[in-house]
Amino acid sequence: MSTLDKRMSPAEIVGQLRSGMTIGIGGWGPRRKPMALVREILRSDLEDLTIVSYGGPDVGMLCAAGKVKKLVFAFVSLDAIPLEPWFRKAREAGAIEVLELDEGMFQWGLKAAAFQLPFLPTRVGLGTDLVELGGLKTVQSPYDDGEVMVAMPALKLDAALIHVQRCDHRGNVQALGPDTYYDEWFAKAATQCFVSAEELVPAMEDAYPEDARANLFERCFVTGVTEAKGGAHPTSLPPDYGWDMGWFKKYAAAAKDPGDWASVAAQFVGASEAEYLASVGGMEAVGALPLPVF
Amino acid sequence: MATLAELCIAAVAEAFRTDRELVGTGIGPVPRLGVGLAKLTHSPGLMMTDGEAFLVEQPVPLGPRGYDDRKPAGYLPFSRFFDSAVWSGRRHAMVTPTQVDRFGQTNLSALGGTHAQPKTQMLGARGFPGNGIYHANSMFIPAHGPRVFVAGEVDRVSSPGYNPARRIAGGNYSAIDLKRIVTNLCVMDFGGPDHAVRVVSLHPGVNFAEVDAATGFPLIDAVAGETALPTEEQLAIIASLDPHGIRHTVLAENPPAIRSAS
Repeated sequence: MSTLDKRMSPAEIVGQLRSGMTIGIGGWGPRRKPMALVREILRSDLEDLTIVSYGGPDVGMLCAAGKVKKLVFAFVSLDAIPLEPWFRKAREAGAIEVLELDEGMFQWGLKAAAFQLPFLPTRVGLGTDLVELGGLKTVQSPYDDGEVMVAMPALKLDAALIHVQRCDHRGNVQALGPDTYYDEWFAKAATQCFVSAEELVPAMEDAYPEDARANLFERCFVTGVTEAKGGAHPTSLPPDYGWDMGWFKKYAAAAKDPGDWASVAAQFVGASEAEYLASVGGMEAVGALPLPVF
Repeated sequence: MATLAELCIAAVAEAFRTDRELVGTGIGPVPRLGVGLAKLTHSPGLMMTDGEAFLVEQPVPLGPRGYDDRKPAGYLPFSRFFDSAVWSGRRHAMVTPTQVDRFGQTNLSALGGTHAQPKTQMLGARGFPGNGIYHANSMFIPAHGPRVFVAGEVDRVSSPGYNPARRIAGGNYSAIDLKRIVTNLCVMDFGGPDHAVRVVSLHPGVNFAEVDAATGFPLIDAVAGETALPTEEQLAIIASLDPHGIRHTVLAENPPAIRSAS
């Protein structure tokens, strides 16, 4: 009988991934990104990845490091720095293929994959360049209305990466904070979903039974779990910590000068998570990052 | 004396006038202040978020504040935004696209080059395609000029407009609803033949020829008068929603609402 013990190290999680895979990354722009796992990919020799993301620094860094063959996106932004500088460089160099989508179509594609459907119909995309540039097809309602809609194809993921506050050994997650974006649908659209958590507990029912409503998706969707304190840094993880504006500024400036990822990667990725976390001041500094107000 | 930015905020509020209950989204200081002004005056049905995940009945002031200062009355996170606001048509958004054409098509994606290698990569289409096909939209353009209001079509069509060449048989375009364009020179709408763009009011001291010259496509002169100056009551509300004076940084040199006769 399986023990349901899904604990893995970040390196073991990334060891489950293969070059050429389609990988979904949870979060939204500079918020709730599984950055510890992204950094682990950056330390690996994975390449030719198709990345599916509401993009923030995860996308910028993976593009900068040459890990990305194709990007499925609706935006890539650091919010307070609207244009993600390293993503921009990759695009303007013609270095990556893209499927540009609308934010709503994007989650619709994840839902199609989660429900094991080939597509879901939508009006979104009509009248825009997305349909032709993305090679999207249309579908006609078989009912009397005969409406023609865009057939948003399923965004099937080989793997999804998600960061939450709490997880137990069996994959029971709790995601706190006011918004969890589309993390649920990344998990359900993926063949394998790997979760990093600020706190890994043996049994959620003993540790935090009062917060069971924060269980964002069921443990059957979770393949592996790992503990990563500060695992969303430099992105925000409300209510625990805000994004690191100072880090974003240095990262954005580095895209101009020196403009070469290889010479700055060590600074933004670190040789290990322990080294990275220490380099940004440890959890004391991360936990003190103010929550952004809008 | 009122500033031009404050006059624009009042014009934005007018664009959001409604009897309905729907989400009003103003992206950027002037649109957001305009929605808040509309909500607190003539259009209480408008619903606003704190910019994050909660619906608030008292619009959240711009700029630095305590995280918990806002008082949530409802909940509208990204994770249910499309279900509740966009795809149900219960929203009116005002945005600032990089390019706009005579059909009301906008571009937030990229400029020049090719799809594979744009000359300038911008944000990406964001939610523009869905916004455009499902609910009302308006625009705020702080620097009215031909690089924004382009001569032909926008470089990439991020949101749909009234271009017949981009409509396919059987598609449902009935919810495309472009309301107003508020700029630093005038207020425009899409009320001309086949939704052609009209100038409906000029800001004090601006003439039609100046607007026409600053626009890459033909405009219809439907000017009914000057854009209304904000009232004292409106100015007080605007000030309360912008305690740090961020509105004063939106337009170059923060000009007064009435041009000086220089």
